[in-house]
Amino acid sequence: MRVAGKGLIDRSRRVRFSFDGKTYGGFAGDTVASALLANGVKLMGRSFKYHRPRGVLSAGSEEPNALITVGKGAQAEPNVRATVQEIYDGLVTRSQNAWPSLDFDVMAANDLAAPFLGAGFYYKTFMWPKRFWEAVYEPIIRKAAGLGALSGQSNVDTYEKAFAFCDLLVIGAGPTGLMAALTAARAGADVVLVDEDSLMGGRLNAETGAVGHQSGAVWAAGVVAELSGMENVRLMSRTTVTGVYDGSTYGAIERVSQHHAERSGGRPVACFWRIVARHCVLAAGAIERPIAFQNNDRPGVMTAGAVRAYLNRWDVSPGKRVAVFGNNDDAHRTARDLVAAGVHVVGLIDARADVDVGDAAYPVFAGAQVCNTGGRNALESITVRTATGEHALQVDCLAVSGGWNPTVHLTCHMNGRPTWREDIQAFVPTEGAVPDMTVAGACNGVFSTAACLADGVAAGKAALKALGKRTAEVEVPVAEDAPYALEPLWAVAGKGRAWLDFQNDVSVKDIRQAAAENFKSVEHMKRYTTQGMATDQGKSSNIGALAILADATGRAIPETGTTTYRPPFVPVSIAAMGAGGQGHGFAPERWTTSHKRTEEMGAPMIEAGLWYRPSYFPKAGEATWRESCDREVGYVRKAVGVCDVSTLGKIDIQGPDAGKLLDFVYTNVFSTLKVGRVRYGLMLREDGTVMDDGTTARLGDDHFVMTTTTAAAGAVMRHLEFVSQCLHPEWEVAFTSVTEQWAQFAVAGPKARELLNGLVDAPIDGESWPFMACGPVSVGGVTGRLFRISFSGEHAYELAVPSRYGAALFDELVARSEKLGGGPYGMEALNVLRIEKGFITHAEIEGRATAFDVGMGRMISAKKDCIGKVMAARPGLVEEDRPQLVGLRPVKADGALTGGAHLFDAGAEPVRVNHQGHVSSVGFSPDLGCMIGLGFLRRGPARMGEVIDMVDHVRGVQTRVTVCAPVFIDPDGERVRG
Amino acid sequence: MRIDCPLCGARDRREFYYQGAAVMLARPAPDAGEAAWDAYLHLRDNPAGQTRELWQHEAGCGAWLMVTRDTVSHVISGVEMAEDVKRAAL
Repeated sequence: MRVAGKGLIDRSRRVRFSFDGKTYGGFAGDTVASALLANGVKLMGRSFKYHRPRGVLSAGSEEPNALITVGKGAQAEPNVRATVQEIYDGLVTRSQNAWPSLDFDVMAANDLAAPFLGAGFYYKTFMWPKRFWEAVYEPIIRKAAGLGALSGQSNVDTYEKAFAFCDLLVIGAGPTGLMAALTAARAGADVVLVDEDSLMGGRLNAETGAVGHQSGAVWAAGVVAELSGMENVRLMSRTTVTGVYDGSTYGAIERVSQHHAERSGGRPVACFWRIVARHCVLAAGAIERPIAFQNNDRPGVMTAGAVRAYLNRWDVSPGKRVAVFGNNDDAHRTARDLVAAGVHVVGLIDARADVDVGDAAYPVFAGAQVCNTGGRNALESITVRTATGEHALQVDCLAVSGGWNPTVHLTCHMNGRPTWREDIQAFVPTEGAVPDMTVAGACNGVFSTAACLADGVAAGKAALKALGKRTAEVEVPVAEDAPYALEPLWAVAGKGRAWLDFQNDVSVKDIRQAAAENFKSVEHMKRYTTQGMATDQGKSSNIGALAILADATGRAIPETGTTTYRPPFVPVSIAAMGAGGQGHGFAPERWTTSHKRTEEMGAPMIEAGLWYRPSYFPKAGEATWRESCDREVGYVRKAVGVCDVSTLGKIDIQGPDAGKLLDFVYTNVFSTLKVGRVRYGLMLREDGTVMDDGTTARLGDDHFVMTTTTAAAGAVMRHLEFVSQCLHPEWEVAFTSVTEQWAQFAVAGPKARELLNGLVDAPIDGESWPFMACGPVSVGGVTGRLFRISFSGEHAYELAVPSRYGAALFDELVARSEKLGGGPYGMEALNVLRIEKGFITHAEIEGRATAFDVGMGRMISAKKDCIGKVMAARPGLVEEDRPQLVGLRPVKADGALTGGAHLFDAGAEPVRVNHQGHVSSVGFSPDLGCMIGLGFLRRGPARMGEVIDMVDHVRGVQTRVTVCAPVFIDPDGERVRG
Repeated sequence: MRIDCPLCGARDRREFYYQGAAVMLARPAPDAGEAAWDAYLHLRDNPAGQTRELWQHEAGCGAWLMVTRDTVSHVISGVEMAEDVKRAAL
């Protein structure tokens, strides 16, 4: 029901939206809750467990009842609070947790079974038979209980994340926050002011009291206008600070376009902010708490402050005949506002016996309590218990106030616990709970408008002092300074269920039962009863529940304590937190210079860390990847193959002590390496296991270039930095990653030199470029680097050019190799080629293998110290019984080998105690005509020729294999030197 | 959490790589014996209070830093270049 002549909605802009398929009208500035109330809709949802009819309780983000699903299809968003969702033309909303309809919900039968469904019901009832839990009980319970459902479709909306930095973050734009922001902003501080409402002003927009010579709302609008004109101020409305983190970092969720229909053009729905502030003023206000009594959850029962907010801000009276029930002075404000607006106030039931009501324009029942309500899907009557007995009153709305709880949540996110204040019967933030934060206003237990305005100025000044800035005087406007007196009343005595947590259907009885069953710790009580869980996290019910628990256990409230407040303060969509992280945004993609051409050739890509590398290059007529792979292996063994190896880490190392550094990080000696030569090196971790391997070339006396594996490039770089900064800062050596700067290609096969000699500007021969030689070459006038190294066992080179020439060089290499009967090869062929030669990769050096295990124990130089040397010599790491690198061949040519399979003695039962080792790498060797593998076998080197069993329990493969040396082709290494 | 890198200024902890206790700076001599090496590699204090630990500004300047941090309050009271700390100890 609209009340004329009040409010802050824009009556000139009509808006139409739908709720459960029915179209309703409202005005710009309405929330779904205010617009539905204006249309006389009180039933907005069904409760979680008992499916009881529920209406709106609050007018803010603490709302436990009025949860709706907004939008359709893939864009549907469940569990949106109707009190927060603004209406716009075309907005589609639905109720939740009811079937077939909100008015008639079949599951409401649960409510009749309530005597059996109290706290701990699940734990007691569904114990046996054990397997019934997953199969029967849980699915049924999940179907009956619940909130809104996900669409099940991929999220099509766009989300964003952003970062902000400021001198001062002010949280909350009520009277306190506005004054704090104004004080700091006028003094020149860089201020960010955030408020979760669409309209800044906080309670001033919901009250009738004046500030200065204006209404509170007009005064607030004036301050906001002044702030918005200042360059050092950023105003963020519709933004809720959700968490406080170390280093003065705040998380916040901004509703960017959830309040209008335009979501196209990549405009995000919501944005998750990380705000770093040198100082913070928390002016988060307070949340009103209800009083528990029988059937206090009937639609039409609301907090008194919410009734005022709907009346004064949204021109809506939630009822025609309203009663107010409270234990404090603030409740009277609701009655006065209603009377002033012409709404019939049936009576104010004040629990305090000695209350001085003065000349109230409404009937006052002093020392009385509301002990029950009547009605079906909406409130029709209340029962008032006075000294003379119980009386029924016909009302359609009951405004309840049990007092106000300061919104202490954010002050507890860094381990802080709030402090109990007896005078206001509420917890307030503990001083210093969050470093660099000043708490002010209602959030700190300061309740009158005048006191809040003054406290805001004081907080602004405190912030300026902390920031080392000079203060400017700010005049505090005149405002109401009414006292706030209350007498605690948490629950009205009586039979029946008196509700505390509306969202989780927790009653006073449930809390008492938990206490009786010895769940006396507040954290145990919470988990036993589900008090304070789900989307509202008990914002309006937790304090009441722990007061009941305190009473039931004979303890004081501060002694009972609160549960732990954790982020987020309001629900945050995972999509917003992980904005940009879907699909291609999941991880950066690193592309080589040959990427485009490789894709054009139809090569499927595989990921190697962040890099994308070709798996194989399919040709017409090839039905399987194996056919392509076999052909590519043939290129390298018989003609020439080319492969982009730019993804390997390349680290440029320079300085007089470069050799010293290399000697220290590699097991073998590099300082003796001649300029123009390359050496293979093995790198250990300090604990003696192998970290990485690769070749390092000496380009000059003080200049080396190291290659790492693709996977370990970052770790090796970090390791080198560690050694040079943390262990030997006295060494004169510097290094930098040049992985991105050089495009490097392997040219491998008997015709490799023939290919290069048509390409490089001066021909090469075996004498000037023997195996393991390196040096500069000119390629079409471009200075590149040539390394005669091989990862295939064939006569091979790696040719590097500055990255900008990479794509052109790759095209040239592909064309020339094809002319010679070869072509490009991918990772599958590369893998087969290196297994055939027994070259290790991270499949072998997987973090457990030692140099001894991979047959390189003797590469640890006796002449010098190196990282990992001492620990690698530990007896356990050089035991003959350790699994060591071997080659594996199936006894029958068609026998399958699988990576990860286990090795057992022939005929031994394939169980753990008989385990002899495992298979690390496998591939099909076209030359040998069978699968081959590398693996680790106990006492492997001593077991050459032995026949053993390979068992893959996962894939169900069992193959008899012969143990052999881990070199299958050209064991004497003649080809590579040819 | 933010770390004040002496070269780059205060940065989000996502830019840093965490190594562990700063005892890693004091690598024992090769002949220091099993106990010294065991302590260097494996044994760590777990205090409720001040710790000295190594972080690297991996996504920034690459500097290794010695960070003095309180494990209870998470307050970082000092950030030094590990290089300087090591040099002073040489």
